[in-house]
Amino acid sequence: MGKVIPLSGNSAIAYAVKMCDVDVVSAYPITPQTTIVEKIAEFIANGELDAEMLHVESEHSALSAAVGASATGARVFTATSSQGLALMYEILFIASGLRLPVVMALVTRALSPPINIWCDHSDFMAAADTGWIQVMASTNQEAFDDVIMAYKLAEDPRVLLPVMTAIDGYIMSHTIEPVEVLEDKDIVLKFAPKNFKRRYRLDPDNPVTIGPLGSPNWYFEFKRQHYEAMKVAKQVFREVVTEFKKVFGREYSELETYMLDDADIVLVSMGGLAGTVRAYVDRARKEGIKLGAIRVKLFRPFPQEEIAKLISNKKIVGVIDRALAPGAVHGGPLFTEVATAIYLNKVDVPLVGFITGLGGRAVTFDHISEVVKHLKKYSEELRELPKEPIFIGVRE
Amino acid sequence: MSQTKLPGWRELPIGSVITEPGNTAKLSFHTWRTFRPVIDKEKCVRCGLCWMYCPDAAIVEVKETYVTKSGKKYEVSYEVNYQYCKGCGICANECPVKAITMVEEVR
Repeated sequence: MGKVIPLSGNSAIAYAVKMCDVDVVSAYPITPQTTIVEKIAEFIANGELDAEMLHVESEHSALSAAVGASATGARVFTATSSQGLALMYEILFIASGLRLPVVMALVTRALSPPINIWCDHSDFMAAADTGWIQVMASTNQEAFDDVIMAYKLAEDPRVLLPVMTAIDGYIMSHTIEPVEVLEDKDIVLKFAPKNFKRRYRLDPDNPVTIGPLGSPNWYFEFKRQHYEAMKVAKQVFREVVTEFKKVFGREYSELETYMLDDADIVLVSMGGLAGTVRAYVDRARKEGIKLGAIRVKLFRPFPQEEIAKLISNKKIVGVIDRALAPGAVHGGPLFTEVATAIYLNKVDVPLVGFITGLGGRAVTFDHISEVVKHLKKYSEELRELPKEPIFIGVRE
Repeated sequence: MSQTKLPGWRELPIGSVITEPGNTAKLSFHTWRTFRPVIDKEKCVRCGLCWMYCPDAAIVEVKETYVTKSGKKYEVSYEVNYQYCKGCGICANECPVKAITMVEEVR
């Protein structure tokens, strides 16, 4: 259907934005996101994309402008990383609370200090409670596809929530992979049609007030609606990936499994790291270790029943976090989600959490091997499970 | 207003959008008051200062012929719209002839 070309993760996202016929792009440069918006600017300058490019003075303004544009019914896009996302924090709640289908690419990067421009997922995880739908890709092809699926999901009248599509900084954003780029905009727009007429928007002929004061008599009801929309979003996400497969042939799922069926030991991870884990599973299998893997693609809404079901009969499960939440019940945000999921679904499976790869530290087979060694030890020796994360790859 | 049953979350337009422009006019602010201004039409000299100073435009000018006991004839009177009056007391403070009294609300 398309043409396969070598693209960095950032370029793949820019091509997808072009295919979705986005109307307004507002962004502020930040490494490693910058090349997404640079590429989009090039498309606009070349006349390949008819969009308004807003150069703003900060990320706070970038998302504010996106919110304003989205409120008029426009299809909008923005992108950021790390400190940029942190500066957007206030507006993250505004976008989701006003139920505006903004799509934002997040190129994950560690938060300062010390200043670090490399990949970890702390920025993504810190935004987990802002009411956005969050997905994380693990290949550049997926980065491209996620943007297209994101618009369909965000603009669904049953959902109407902003979507954050994340990729790993540098590991994906600046690494070139073959990506099938769809060339027929009509097919993309048929899959993800602009349906601004089916939502409230600033229209002089039908005036509405967006963003009013909500006293204690009113506020709570809108948060209840938001909760429900997230619940529905999980169902709609299923529909979107199913239709995507029908139209474009590629299959995605909220949880991608690998060699899981007969696995004793399971590794749960996200993003580019999941690719390393997957390759490691192949090696472990050759060595006779029954290792399997789950990659969490959809983080918000979190597929709790689904993950609990997948790991219910396993010997031991290791959750690898590339983010750290010091002082939280467990330092790994993904671990905390999985632990809550198994508790709520009454699944009794030993769970061990690992933290690795912070600030762009490379995660190699040696590190995964260390994780598996820990898991084997805990499953064989019936020792008490650690209540704290095990740090992998940090110097003592 | 506070007595009527408010709609549940399923009935409200999503995203806290207000679909009826100008519906703030329907709100009542009477519960905000501790004191209500009462205008004495006998003492009032119709200068219009209360009307001018009221931050909520809650003083209304009413066309009526009013003759005071001392025989003064006015073509207008000033009255308080108690739906919008929040009881701030600015009118009573500004009145040059002390024709406005703040009376405690009793509920």
